[in-house]
Amino acid sequence: MMSIKGFKHHPYIPNSVPEVQEAMLKEIGLNSLEELHAEVPEAIKLKENMNLPPALSSEWELRRHVEGLLRKNRSCRDMLNFLGAGCWQHYVPAVCDEINSRGEFLTGYAGEPYNDHGRFQTLFEYQSMVAELVDMDVVNVPTMDWAQAAATAMRMAGRMNGKRQVLVPALMDCNKLKVMKNYCDPDLDFVEVAYHPNTGQLDLDDLKQKMNGETAAVYFENPSFFGFLETQGEEISRITHEQGAVSVVGVDPSSLGVLAPPSHYGADIICGDLQPLGIHMNYGGGLSGFIATRDEEEYVMQYPSRLFGIAPTTVEGEYGFGDVAYDRTSFGDLRENANEFVGTQSALWGITAGVYLALMGPEGMRELGETILQRSRYAIHQLNQIPGVKGSYFDAAGFKEFVVDFSATGITVASINQQLMAQGIYGGKDLSVDYPDLGQCALYCITEIHNRQDIDRLAASIKAIVTETPGQ
Amino acid sequence: MKRINRHYLVRNFHQAKWDEPVIFELSRKGERGVRIPEAEEEVKAVAGDVMAALPTGLQRKTPPVLPEMAQPRVLRHYMRLSQETLGGDVNIEIGQGTCTVKYNPKINDRLASLPEMAALHPEQPVETVQGILQIMHETDLMMREISGMDRFTFQTASGSQAAFAMASLIKAWHRHTGEDQQRDEIITTVFSHPSDAACPAIKGYKIITIFPDEEGYPDYEAFKAAVSERTAGFICANPEDTGIYNKRIKAFTDLVHEKGGLCGYDQANANGLLGITRAREAGFDMCFFNLHKTFGTPHGCGGPGSGALGVTKELESFLPAPLIDFDGENYLLNHDVPNSIGRVRSFHGVAQVVLKAYAWMRSLGAEGLYEVAKVSVLNNNYLFRKLLEIEGIDSPYDPSKQRVEQVRYTLKKLTDDTGVTTGDIQRRMLDFGLHYWTSHHPYYVPEPATLEPTETPSREELDEYIATLAHVVRECYENPELVKTAPHNSVIHQVDESGMDDPKEWAITWRSYLRKTGAS
Repeated sequence: MMSIKGFKHHPYIPNSVPEVQEAMLKEIGLNSLEELHAEVPEAIKLKENMNLPPALSSEWELRRHVEGLLRKNRSCRDMLNFLGAGCWQHYVPAVCDEINSRGEFLTGYAGEPYNDHGRFQTLFEYQSMVAELVDMDVVNVPTMDWAQAAATAMRMAGRMNGKRQVLVPALMDCNKLKVMKNYCDPDLDFVEVAYHPNTGQLDLDDLKQKMNGETAAVYFENPSFFGFLETQGEEISRITHEQGAVSVVGVDPSSLGVLAPPSHYGADIICGDLQPLGIHMNYGGGLSGFIATRDEEEYVMQYPSRLFGIAPTTVEGEYGFGDVAYDRTSFGDLRENANEFVGTQSALWGITAGVYLALMGPEGMRELGETILQRSRYAIHQLNQIPGVKGSYFDAAGFKEFVVDFSATGITVASINQQLMAQGIYGGKDLSVDYPDLGQCALYCITEIHNRQDIDRLAASIKAIVTETPGQ
Repeated sequence: MKRINRHYLVRNFHQAKWDEPVIFELSRKGERGVRIPEAEEEVKAVAGDVMAALPTGLQRKTPPVLPEMAQPRVLRHYMRLSQETLGGDVNIEIGQGTCTVKYNPKINDRLASLPEMAALHPEQPVETVQGILQIMHETDLMMREISGMDRFTFQTASGSQAAFAMASLIKAWHRHTGEDQQRDEIITTVFSHPSDAACPAIKGYKIITIFPDEEGYPDYEAFKAAVSERTAGFICANPEDTGIYNKRIKAFTDLVHEKGGLCGYDQANANGLLGITRAREAGFDMCFFNLHKTFGTPHGCGGPGSGALGVTKELESFLPAPLIDFDGENYLLNHDVPNSIGRVRSFHGVAQVVLKAYAWMRSLGAEGLYEVAKVSVLNNNYLFRKLLEIEGIDSPYDPSKQRVEQVRYTLKKLTDDTGVTTGDIQRRMLDFGLHYWTSHHPYYVPEPATLEPTETPSREELDEYIATLAHVVRECYENPELVKTAPHNSVIHQVDESGMDDPKEWAITWRSYLRKTGAS
């Protein structure tokens, strides 16, 4: 009658040994495994095994199969990659991988401040180091990604001042904006602020015009999604504060060894992604968002995230850690009346970012920023030498990424990227789909991993493509 | 030599204790942990003085006060802190109820760390990521079979984000049908995860919470009274955190459908139900799994994990875009999702975790998943029977009824007898290297504990856990002070949490600590 079979002696399941099962069943007064699940009604029980691919129960077969699938991918280790746009290829120091693959951290979860003292301390230290980077006093246990951090920052602002309009640059990552809009719906309305077409800088007249008594927050990024720097940060924050709104600035932490943190030009809430700090791209699975504020009660009490704090123990000299203001979170007594939700997010990347910052130190972060500035300027310069190619669409200083304009070549970015790929190069993200106003533009990313040879190779390849492809 | 006596079940344990400084205290001026490749002279020459070229207001004037440490110093610090963390690789994971902390196969971590996974950029052309897209698509197919749903997305990076996406789908659905204004309530149950209440509240819903009846099932009469034309949806776990399976679940979902609402199934803890029963047959319109729980991927100290959100055909066009399609030859990213809620996360979710879950399922197959469910339920009911034999440990609701994958216990009698609380016992269990989780707040069951053994522990490990808890209970009666002052053999002693809710006292970063303690 019963045609469901199990898998005995599976390596992952100690008690899949039939004799052990029999003995245990006997202890609890049952005769067979089928007598378990007595509470599930027969009407909704499966009567046969599910239809799944057959088990690859030997580890070798499994490895061979999965490696075979993965071999169909062409990774950025094999290709010369210039894609960024929210996920960036930096060098990942070996110690970062060593620490985040330690079984204790990798398989840790929700233990107490005692048995998981190391988890609490590493995350407290990560909070503390990112706090130095952004020059703020409070940083959260990381959330999913920058988009989530930015979305939460909007909601924090909205709860603080009870207003419902948020202003964002008309020129920003449209995918991030989708996350933010869905997350803030139905409580916050997004209004876009115009920009100066040549420089990408926010149009302050338009900003002033759109600010009103209902403005909860103004959001902008430095560097922007398109790589240019917003130089009017102080003025934007001043306008924001005049109306009683909150200034929220998104930031790429890899820039902060050389760039002033947004707290220096009036940001009240800073958010961004930790992925550049020692975390592999993982097809986007390496993202991890952070939020930072001043240590003011009105801000701290708006975080939905866990915040680990340091505390004494009953023994003099011992450091202890624990949750600060736990009842703010949905893990506390308030459930649906708490701030948003908390749960599994991306703690291991927080630990990793801490390792990275400790390895880098102030000097490493400065050198990182400087070399990225140098290499990206060099790349812009080299691309500018190519007929019809404009190395930087925006006439503004930038960091790490820049918009390359191919419009005058008469060749589409899609076609250029196709040809680059044939030469082992992933060209920059094609912006013509989501930002048609920019024409045939691509977003290029240069980090410390791109040496002169890589950049020259890119320039030579593009030059060959634009001079040899018939115009369209 | 005399034979050394090993005839005892309760382990003589002490966790690693390094008394490790906070990392800033290890800083020594001039030390470097890693060096950055310097730009070539030609690059520098072309670039010019890049620092001077930065807009004035944007130049960093003072360097960040990060620690300066040589590489071995950094490594040793973090290795020591790792030893001061008791992950599932190290301890017998029985105590972390609702978390499904099971064995995470090492092979899967190895596979996920290959450059063909780790070094993929999410904007690569689809023809260069056919391998990972195939893995994600086939994981979708397997999830469909496991749940009976018609389509999955892995964009949701966690269970809670999937619960949030469910609430977003419910909202979008009722907007689509023009009933959003009228339908402003979401019903959940009190022993479902807090996120099932918290996430729909973010979408502006009024939350109605159903409490259990005398038998521990969500109260059907109260539920009937709550479901109405205002019901947008019903989101719950089944079994709830009590481990009790709601037999009448189909009647619940039918009733919601009758009134025009949608039903979302929180299957974060689906471990006991794999191959046993599915969301579809229970009448749900959508469900989500946590790959870092049921599907064997590591929890990472709290992420990265992954949610897997599945829906019926009717709701497919509302999912976050892009969806991963297969046209018979190639895997594609389908951005054409007409009623899409937009996005819930950047790019395509946590792909390396999907890969690990895929490998886990491929190792087990359908028969293995069934074995997982049966053994996790066997382990749980074995633990349940044995623990109830210990004086002072009870279960709310009928103890003769089987539980599924976990049990909520109550130690109220023990507390009444001895004054020792469940929180004290939690700390004391750590002295033996074992987790013991109290429960989500608030404590609707007095002095609760929620334990979930999964399929991972052996019978001997279950017996060790039982013997240790019995030992601690005995201590409660014989030497309650010992338990109240625990832990004694953990990394540190009791934390003074009195400042944690006080803005003048709390210190969320080292710099705040230095300032608030007057040392800076």
